[in-house]
Amino acid sequence: MSSVPVQLTAKDFKSDQEVRWCPGCGDYAILAAMQGFLPELGIPKERIVFVSGIGCSSRFPYYLNTYGMHSIHGRAPAIATGLSVSRPDLSVWVVTGDGDALSIGGNHLIHALRRNVNLKILLFNNRIYGLTKGQYSPTSEVGKITKSTPFGSADAPFNPISLALGAEATFVARTIDSDRKHLQSVLRAAAEHNGSAFVEIYQNCNIFNDGAFDVLKAPETRDDFVMPLDHGQPITFGKDREWCVVHPPGGFGLEVRRTSEVDASEIVVHDATVAEPAYAFALSRLPGLDLRHTPIGVFRSVDRPTYDEVVVNQVAAAQAKAEGTPEDQLSALLNAGDTWTIL
Amino acid sequence: MAKETQQLDRVVIRFAGDSGDGMQLTGDRFTSETAQLGNDISTLPNFPAEIRAPAGTLPGVSSFQVHFADFDILTPGDAPNVLVAMNPAALKANLADLPRGATIIVNTDEFSKRNLQKVGYDASPLDDGSLASYQVHPVALTSMTVGALADHPISKKDAERAKNMFALGMLSWLYSRPHESTLQFLRKKFAARPELVAANIAAFEAGWSFGETTEGFAVRYEVKPAKMHPGRYRNITGNAGLALGIVAAGVRAKLPVVLGAYPITPASDILHELSKHKKFGVTTVQAEDEIAAAGIALGASYGGSLGITTTSGPGVALKSETISLALMLELPLVVVDVQRAGPSTGMPTKTEQADLNMALYGRHGEAPVAVIAPRSPADCFDAAIEACRIALTYRTPVLLLSDGYIANGSEPWLLPEVDSLPDLQVPFATEPNGEDGKFLPYLRDPQTLARPWAVPGTPGLEHRIGGLEKKDVTGDISYDPANHDLMVRTRAARIEAIEVPDLVVEDPSEQAKVLVLGWGSTFGPIGAACRDLRQRGLAVAQAHLRHLNPMPANLGEVLKAYDRVVIPEMNLGQLAQVIRGRYLVDVVAYNQVRGLPFTSAELASMLEEVVKNV
Repeated sequence: MSSVPVQLTAKDFKSDQEVRWCPGCGDYAILAAMQGFLPELGIPKERIVFVSGIGCSSRFPYYLNTYGMHSIHGRAPAIATGLSVSRPDLSVWVVTGDGDALSIGGNHLIHALRRNVNLKILLFNNRIYGLTKGQYSPTSEVGKITKSTPFGSADAPFNPISLALGAEATFVARTIDSDRKHLQSVLRAAAEHNGSAFVEIYQNCNIFNDGAFDVLKAPETRDDFVMPLDHGQPITFGKDREWCVVHPPGGFGLEVRRTSEVDASEIVVHDATVAEPAYAFALSRLPGLDLRHTPIGVFRSVDRPTYDEVVVNQVAAAQAKAEGTPEDQLSALLNAGDTWTIL
Repeated sequence: MAKETQQLDRVVIRFAGDSGDGMQLTGDRFTSETAQLGNDISTLPNFPAEIRAPAGTLPGVSSFQVHFADFDILTPGDAPNVLVAMNPAALKANLADLPRGATIIVNTDEFSKRNLQKVGYDASPLDDGSLASYQVHPVALTSMTVGALADHPISKKDAERAKNMFALGMLSWLYSRPHESTLQFLRKKFAARPELVAANIAAFEAGWSFGETTEGFAVRYEVKPAKMHPGRYRNITGNAGLALGIVAAGVRAKLPVVLGAYPITPASDILHELSKHKKFGVTTVQAEDEIAAAGIALGASYGGSLGITTTSGPGVALKSETISLALMLELPLVVVDVQRAGPSTGMPTKTEQADLNMALYGRHGEAPVAVIAPRSPADCFDAAIEACRIALTYRTPVLLLSDGYIANGSEPWLLPEVDSLPDLQVPFATEPNGEDGKFLPYLRDPQTLARPWAVPGTPGLEHRIGGLEKKDVTGDISYDPANHDLMVRTRAARIEAIEVPDLVVEDPSEQAKVLVLGWGSTFGPIGAACRDLRQRGLAVAQAHLRHLNPMPANLGEVLKAYDRVVIPEMNLGQLAQVIRGRYLVDVVAYNQVRGLPFTSAELASMLEEVVKNV
């Protein structure tokens, strides 16, 4: 740890590479928000590493003046696991997309989350394959007409938040590319979390899936469609807080009701620290196919020992008990067991 | 009266029984006693393909073969001189491997009608004369063991289970083995249950006494110690040798080791062994799959650890994209492939060396990596260190090709002095290497062509790397045609620049016109076959490749010095094809893919034909 406070600015985190996303891409906003946020971390930039897979979002590391690796499709969580577990002194971030994380790399994502590796995983979800020019993705809505599905896609999409909660991720949040303030607040919470942090960022692909999240952004719809989650606060939303979330009588899960029709005591007070993932899962099931009632913010933030800590502690405990130089120990290891001497 | 003692120069014993009969343990103990005596040894276990096949059936047979001699030996032996068969299935499964005149010791208690039927014997082979050409010793092993333990406070089942120790005691007497190490072993193994220590020792001693007193064994045998290089030895399997070599490489490189692995036969034992050695800074991650295992190793290498991944053929197929990435990133990565019979699931418990093409060529694009192969169980330790040396010095993926034969087989290993092991330390980059304090991640060392290893956490060297083509020197993304051509050629030149020792040819006569060239685990059978020919006055030269990419610089000269080059391989001619292609030598390929090592006898008869017809 550096003892000198690090005073960096967004400019320090800009690399010398020309940014090459399509003009108007939501990734620009996320990059700018990240560059603006990183100085806040107070971590010297040489101790920050971005690891990505393949896809438009995975170009992200090239544009940040930290350490970075643009790896292979879907494998960033695995590579980042190897880095994080061997270098607990680093702040390791994974940048991925809906195809990278949920299709080709689905296995690595769920295992990183269930192990609780100390990674911050940012999933840019634009619900389309952009880099390969417009095929449907594992988050595309059923019936999506794309180049590869001219008759409409047949497969049901993943709900990334539900999936992460199913893997018992210890930190799960959602935010939106266009809301810089909210995005940065979620990044901050993710960075402060000890363990895997999974952040879904709704990101507009203005070329192949333009306007996918417009209802969450347009002044005339957003109040009814976006449900902000604030820890410790009753979940109400709408222009005049006319909507709220309650436990339905005689069932499980959660439902959205008109605030005027329920008693204030019935309104669910958001608690991201509930140990059981079922509560956060119920929240993740609230939005309909039309994105109405989409929660944004931190769904879940709980403490669990990180994989890195457990593994590092096992090694440290074994080393603390060891006596002699590594060479002496090696000699003892090689000479262990049944040996015999030929004169 | 003391029985007559006969001297033998070598013996091959195979212990065979049901997978629950403890034959691996029995074989291990006999081997250890034999090592204590100073014989040279070579062993080969043969596990059933099923985890627990029904008792008494052919698929449930487990065996352990040990070859020991008063001279240095190279293989576990082509055929057993002695078979210990604990039941009818063990007899039936192994009989075809026995030469006429071999000794068979059978546990008659298990030759019940039901057990005979289980393996398709209509009549007992002990009674129907079908074993007339063997020396059969029928011994009521189970009932004598139970009888000997009648006064011990243990269950009948535990008493029956001690029959392997009775068998071991009997064989230990028969071959005059020192047995103190076995008694010590039993005391330790059953330390928590003193009654079992006493029972197993009693069973062992009963077997010993039985050998001494029975009229069935008229003579006792001795095999004198072998003349071996002085020093301290231990018996070691190939998988254990690889694991210890990796630990040693970490110590000698002064780097933490990170192993990413997914369980797979026959490589899992390396993961098991390495997971014990945390005090050496060895971290093992049992990954979610083969791809992640390689990714974890690569991520660790990127962070400045020695990244290793261990697997078998199917796993290498899955890792190939990560190996390509490591090659593009120019980071160290050691990939251990303990080859097994393929393709697909193939025969996981059987050996083969058919992954050479995959190691050399099994990636998209022009993607050369270093490839090396150990030649015997004890050689695995050195091969692992050499793989790590190449990976660290040249920042490249290295494929190490072991196989099921040497992975599970064992032989004496002359323990090295730690100080004599190579120093594997390589420096990390600490300072910018370009003008104006700029860091150029692809500016190479002119000698090794390796790029700087700049690990995260180093101030001022922040840089981005990835799988996209790199611009020479700067490492920026580049689609420039001339740059791609340059980088592809440079990556090939990097591998060619790896310094490997010259190939050594063994030809005591200096008259040989025929060279036998091998690689990997065929070393033992080829060496034994060559000795056999030489003893019969036929000249033959032997050379064995450890480095398969790059190959030794003198290989071309060596090949051209002989009228005929023969390449035996447990594949359909993969090295032969490489040699033909690179050196335009019309080699004779001798190939077998039976899931078994070559016998030295079959190689000797093939070589004799070649030598006589040159």
